[in-house]
Amino acid sequence: MREKFIYALGSLGALALVANMYNIFLVLPDEANQGAIYRIIFFHVPAAIIAFTFFFVALICSVAFLAFKSSKADAVAVASTEVGVVFAIVNLVTGSIWGRNIWGIWWTWDYRITSMFVCVLLYLGYLIMRPAITDPTQRGTLSAVLSIFAFCDVPIVWFSIRWWRTQHPGPVLETGGLPHAMAMALLYNFIALLMIGTALVLVRLRSEHVQREIESLRRLALVEA
Amino acid sequence: MNAFGAAIAIARKDLRSELRSKEATNAAVSFALVILLILSFAFEPTGEEIHAMAGGLLWIVFAFSGTLILNRTFARELQNDALEALIAAPVPGWALFLGKAASSMVMMLVVELVSLPVFAIFYGVTLVWTLAPVILLGTWALVVVGVSFSALTVNVQLREVMLPLLIYPTLVPALIASMMLTGNLLDGQTFSGDNITWLRLLVGFDIIYTALAVTLIDIVLVG
Repeated sequence: MREKFIYALGSLGALALVANMYNIFLVLPDEANQGAIYRIIFFHVPAAIIAFTFFFVALICSVAFLAFKSSKADAVAVASTEVGVVFAIVNLVTGSIWGRNIWGIWWTWDYRITSMFVCVLLYLGYLIMRPAITDPTQRGTLSAVLSIFAFCDVPIVWFSIRWWRTQHPGPVLETGGLPHAMAMALLYNFIALLMIGTALVLVRLRSEHVQREIESLRRLALVEA
Repeated sequence: MNAFGAAIAIARKDLRSELRSKEATNAAVSFALVILLILSFAFEPTGEEIHAMAGGLLWIVFAFSGTLILNRTFARELQNDALEALIAAPVPGWALFLGKAASSMVMMLVVELVSLPVFAIFYGVTLVWTLAPVILLGTWALVVVGVSFSALTVNVQLREVMLPLLIYPTLVPALIASMMLTGNLLDGQTFSGDNITWLRLLVGFDIIYTALAVTLIDIVLVG
């Protein structure tokens, strides 16, 4: 049942993505100033929001783990962090490609870009530290604390384009600066990518459960031997 | 003994043992000098643009040599299972944290006091008194994050690798603010305009992470 749900969600997201791509590449017109390259926004912005959503889920699950010591919360936290890091990297790479076209450079040490990069580094540190701790309870506790520390960076990324004058384009979503058709395309693509991302988290969650089962069986075997 | 007394006792114990062995501060001071030497090859050390880079240089030295001290903060308790005893002692976690942070702060300041004049001589920079609050606030940021992560990684395999991997990304907002402020102040500016924004970021960082560390330290140490 559960496996079927993952497959269904993943294929639904993939189908929606194909439909969106048709709309984005063939229906929507070029943007007046930027030309064709502006279309990267339909992947760049959703990737960032989805990454932050997963980091936020990881934060909630980490707090929940500290409060209730449920290993399920820890598993969800690590699964969503991992997928969140992937989306954050997608965000950085798409942004870099856009920057090469519009600014003529692949990278600039702008506050928003730097803070997003720091965010990726923090969560990579989280993923690197986990395997270094053998005891599952200790691993959960320490990673939960680390996740809380790491999340402090997310608001800085989010607000950086308001706090400082950055090279990164200003906010377009809240100010309504986007034409209706483009805003809708952005929303649809966000939903499609979120479905795929959620499917990935569920897949990762399964492998985490299997991993734990193997670990506990191994311990059992060691006790009996 | 109340909790503050316990914190002071822990700090004094750490400082006394450091004063006798000098293992962390000696290493940190010499490492700071080595970094100052190596950085001089990266660009023209007496050139005009040195003022623009001085802030960054100084904080790279502080942050890198600081890890040598912060790495030891909890690791020094591993011998003879002293850490277990410390956790079992009737002392609240936050007092333990504050004691550890205070002793690390003193050691860091000692290293900084030694490397500051050397830095000024090597790179032809004139030091100003307005730097003092920036150095105190920036060092506190280093110490708070460093001591928390030192507690976090004390029982982890590859502890020495983990700590730098975790603290530098976390410290980035504080380091940027300290670097900018130091550079601007060495350039003759005062606390106004953009510098106030940087100062706010630095103070905000200190407050948020001190609060987080004091709240979470019990969970980190006891589990």
